[in-house]
Amino acid sequence: MNSSTDNLTNRHLSETSEWTFELLDIYHREIARIATDFGLDTYPNQIEVISAEQMMDAYSTVGMPVGYHHWSFGKQFLSVEQRYKRGFMGLAYEIVINSNPCIAYLMEENSMTMQALVIAHASYGHNSFFKNNYLFKTWTNADSIIDYLLFARNYVTKCEERYGVAEVEMLLDSCHALMNYGVDRYKRPKKVSLDNEEKRQEEREEYLQSQVNDLWRTLPVDQQKSKSDADDHIWPSEPQENILYFIEKNSPILENWQREIVRIVRKIAQYFYPQRQTQVMNEGWATFWHYTIINRLYDEGLVTDGFMLEFLQSHTSVVYQPPFNSRYYSGLNPYTLGLNIYQDLKRICEEPTDEDREWFPDIAGGDWFTVIDFAMRNFKDESFISQYLSPKVIRDMKLFTILDDDQRDSLEVSAIHDERGYKYIRSALSEQYNLGSREPNMQVYKVDRRGDRSMTLRYEAHKHRPLNQETDDVLKHLVRLWGFTVRVESLKDNDSYEVTHECNPGA
Amino acid sequence: MTQIIDRRVNGKNKSAVNRQKFIRRYKTHLKKAVEGAISKRSITDMERGEKVNIPSKDISEPSFGIGQGGERETIYPGNEEFTSGDTIDRPQQGAGQGKSVSDSGEGEDEFTFALSREEFMELFFEDLELPNMIKTQLAKEAQYKKIRAGYTSYGSPSNINVIRSMKGALARRIALAGPHKRTLREAEAELQALLETADETDDRIIALRGEIELLKQRIRRVPYIDTFDIRYNNRVDQPVPTTQAVMFCLMDVSGSMGQYEKDIGKRFFTLLYLFLTRSYERIELVFIRHHTVAKEVDEQEFFYSRETGGTVVSSALKLTAETIKKRYPTSDWNIYVAQASDGDNWTDDSPTCRDLLINTLLPQVQYYAYIEIAEENSPIGSLWREYMKVAQASSRFVMQKLATPDEIYPVFRKLFEKQWHE
Repeated sequence: MNSSTDNLTNRHLSETSEWTFELLDIYHREIARIATDFGLDTYPNQIEVISAEQMMDAYSTVGMPVGYHHWSFGKQFLSVEQRYKRGFMGLAYEIVINSNPCIAYLMEENSMTMQALVIAHASYGHNSFFKNNYLFKTWTNADSIIDYLLFARNYVTKCEERYGVAEVEMLLDSCHALMNYGVDRYKRPKKVSLDNEEKRQEEREEYLQSQVNDLWRTLPVDQQKSKSDADDHIWPSEPQENILYFIEKNSPILENWQREIVRIVRKIAQYFYPQRQTQVMNEGWATFWHYTIINRLYDEGLVTDGFMLEFLQSHTSVVYQPPFNSRYYSGLNPYTLGLNIYQDLKRICEEPTDEDREWFPDIAGGDWFTVIDFAMRNFKDESFISQYLSPKVIRDMKLFTILDDDQRDSLEVSAIHDERGYKYIRSALSEQYNLGSREPNMQVYKVDRRGDRSMTLRYEAHKHRPLNQETDDVLKHLVRLWGFTVRVESLKDNDSYEVTHECNPGA
Repeated sequence: MTQIIDRRVNGKNKSAVNRQKFIRRYKTHLKKAVEGAISKRSITDMERGEKVNIPSKDISEPSFGIGQGGERETIYPGNEEFTSGDTIDRPQQGAGQGKSVSDSGEGEDEFTFALSREEFMELFFEDLELPNMIKTQLAKEAQYKKIRAGYTSYGSPSNINVIRSMKGALARRIALAGPHKRTLREAEAELQALLETADETDDRIIALRGEIELLKQRIRRVPYIDTFDIRYNNRVDQPVPTTQAVMFCLMDVSGSMGQYEKDIGKRFFTLLYLFLTRSYERIELVFIRHHTVAKEVDEQEFFYSRETGGTVVSSALKLTAETIKKRYPTSDWNIYVAQASDGDNWTDDSPTCRDLLINTLLPQVQYYAYIEIAEENSPIGSLWREYMKVAQASSRFVMQKLATPDEIYPVFRKLFEKQWHE
C-alpha cells in the first residue's frame, strides 16, 4: 500500500548515482526550465563529458580549449599530473569557457548529483555571468574567442616552422613575463574576430614596420629638431600602462612576426583580465545559482533525499571557510564570500531588518532577483564588495583586519566585526580585491628616443611596498623585447623617484 | 539550443606537445637526474621511469609583483578573541602568512615529476649510436602478421561478417522482390478502386485477387538470407621484418676477479643489453666465462659462481667463434661481443688472442667492446698491449679501462658516442 502510493507520487528523475547521457539530458532540461523561470539570461550551452586525463589537459592550458604550444603549459601539466596521481589534489568537477556557445566540461568520474550541480553551476551560473557582466561584455568577445585562439595557435606553429622553435619560445617566455601588463585597464578594447585578424594581420605587419621605422628615423628634419628637443625629454607624452602594447607598436628591434606574437599574448591576457577581476562575484554567483536551482529541484520532488544529501555535502565543502588560525586556512574563500553576499542581498529584500533599511535603503524590501541581477551585471569584485558587503555578512564571517606596517614592531588589529568596524572592513576588503593594489602599478614613463634608446618604467609604490625579487628577471625579458637598456624608477617617501632596478642588453 | 557531447573518445594527450617542449627545454637538468639515477639504481630495474627533481627557481616564470615590506592590511575570517586596537607580536616569517600555504602543494624548492620509461631511456642513451648497423636481415623464421584484407565469399563460420552479409541479403531481396512489389501495389490499388464500384463477383476482381495471391507467393519465395549472401572477413598473412641480434658476454672468472669486479662487469653488460634492446626486436644472450678453459653458462652462474686458477683468454675467444659458427650464422644475426676482464692473462696467450680477434672474430661481429676493470694508471698487462694493436687494426674493436661503478656510464658513452659516420 505504502509502496503503491510512493510509486504514484514518485517523480524522481533518477534513483541511483550513476549518470547516463539520457539522464544528463533530462536533468539538464529540468535545470534549464528552472533557470529560465528565475529569469537567467545565458548563452546556448555546450556540455562536454571528458575523462580525468582530458581534465588535466584542460587545466594545463589554463582553460583555453585550444592553446598555442609552450613549455610552460607542459610544466603546468606535469605538476597537475604528478599531484593528481599521488592523491595530493582532486581535480575540479568542471571547467567552463567564456565562449558562445558556452562550453562546460564535466568529468566522467562525477556522480549524477555532481553532474547536476556542475550543470547548474557552470552552464547557468557562470554562463549568465559571462553573458551579462559589464566587464566581460566590454573586454571579451565570446563569439570569436575560439576562432581567435585557433588563429593564434596556427600562427605560432607557423612561426616555429619558419623561424625556429627556440626563437619563438624565447619570445613567448618574454611576453608571458609581462602578460599582466598587456591589458588596457581603462581604455575600452576593440573586439577581436578571426576574419578581421587574418585579413588585417598582413596589412598591419607592413604598416607597423613603417611606423616603427619612422619613429626611429636617424635623420631628423632639421627645423623640427629644435622644436622637438624640448618635448623629447618625455616621450611617450603620457605614461603607458599597457607595456606589451607599447612594445608591439614601438620596439625598435622586433620583426613583424614577433610583433604579431606579442599581440597574441596581449589579446589572450585581455581575454582573461575580467576573470581575474571578478573572482568573488563570478564564483559567488554560480554557487548561489547551483544552490538555488538544486533546492528547487528538490522542492518539486524531482530528486531523491540521497541526491540531496550528496549535493549538500559537496556544496558545504565548496563553501567551507576555514578560520584564520586553522591549518587549512589559505585566504578568503571566494565562493563563500560571494555566495554570502548574494544570499544576504536576497535576505535583505525578503526580510529586511532596521539595520538593512539604514544601510541599504534602496534595496531593502525590493525584488530580490532584480537586485542581485543588477549587482551581477554592473560591478567588479572591488566595487561589488564596497557596495554590497553588509554588516551581517561581516558578522557571520567574523571578519577582522590586521595592519602590518614594517615601520612598527607589532601587528595591529585595526578593525573587527563591530559597529565601528563595518565600514572600515568593507573598504579594506574592497581594496584587497583591487587588482591595482595587488599588482604593482608599473608604467612606461620615458623612452630616450634621441639618445641611448633606453626605456624607463615608473613604479608608483603604494604604502612603501617594494617590488619583488623577480623584478630583475622580468627586466631581462623586457630587454629582450626592447633591445636596449630598461630601468625601473620607484616612488620614494619624499615623492621623488629613484632608480631601483636596471638591466642592460647582454647582461 | 543545448548540446551534450561525449568528448571522451577524443585523444587525451592534448598536452603531449607541451610536455615534450618542457622536457626538451630542461634536458640538461633531466640528463643529470638520469645519470644520477643510473649510478644509484640496481641493475635489475634499470628499465623503468624515474622521478626527477628540478630546482623550482630554474623553471620559474617571473612576473612583476609586490615584495615583502611596506604597509599592508589584510582581512581574515573567523575572529575569536581580538578587538580593535589589539597588538600582536610579529610572527617569525613576517608578513604574508595568508599566502604561505601556496597552491603548489609540495616542496617549494623542487619541481618534481615522473619521466616515463621511454623518456628515461631516451635521455639515457641520447647521442649514443650502435656502430655498424648495416646488417638488418630478415629473421630466419619469417614472422607473419594477420592483416585485414576486405571480404571473401567463402571462409570459416567464425569469420562471418554479419553486417556485410545482411547488407548483401537486403540488397538482393530488394532487387529480386522489387518489381513484384511494384506490380502488387498497382494491383492492390486497382482492386481497391474496383471494390468501390463493383462487388466481389466481378471477373476483374476475381482475376486481380488471383494475381495478388500469386505475386505475394513470389515475394515470399525470395529467401530472407541465402548462402550466396554470406561474406567472410578476409585476413591475409603479411611478412613482418624482424631484426635480431646476439650479444656475447665474456668474462674472466679466475681467482683475481672478485665479486666487486664482477659487479662492475655486470653493470656494463646490462647497459649494453638495454642499449641493444632499443634497436633490435629480438636479442639473444650468450654467457661465456673462462679461466683456463671457457664454458657457456646461464646468467646466474655467469655472475655469481666463483672459480679459481689461471687465465687463458683465448679459450673464451675460441668458444665464441665456435658458437657463432654453430648457432649464429652471420647472414642472419647481428653479433655483438662484450668482454670484461681484470687484464690478467697468461703472457704467451695474449698474442694468440690478438690473432684470433683480427683473423677470425672481428670480421664476423658488428662490434667488440673490451673493458678492463683496473685503475687508469695501473701497469699495462700483456693483454692490454696486444689489444691495443687490435684496436689500431679494426674500427670495430674498442677498449676502455674503468675502476669504479660510477665510471661505467661515462665509459659506456665513450664507447658508443656517435662517431661512426664515415
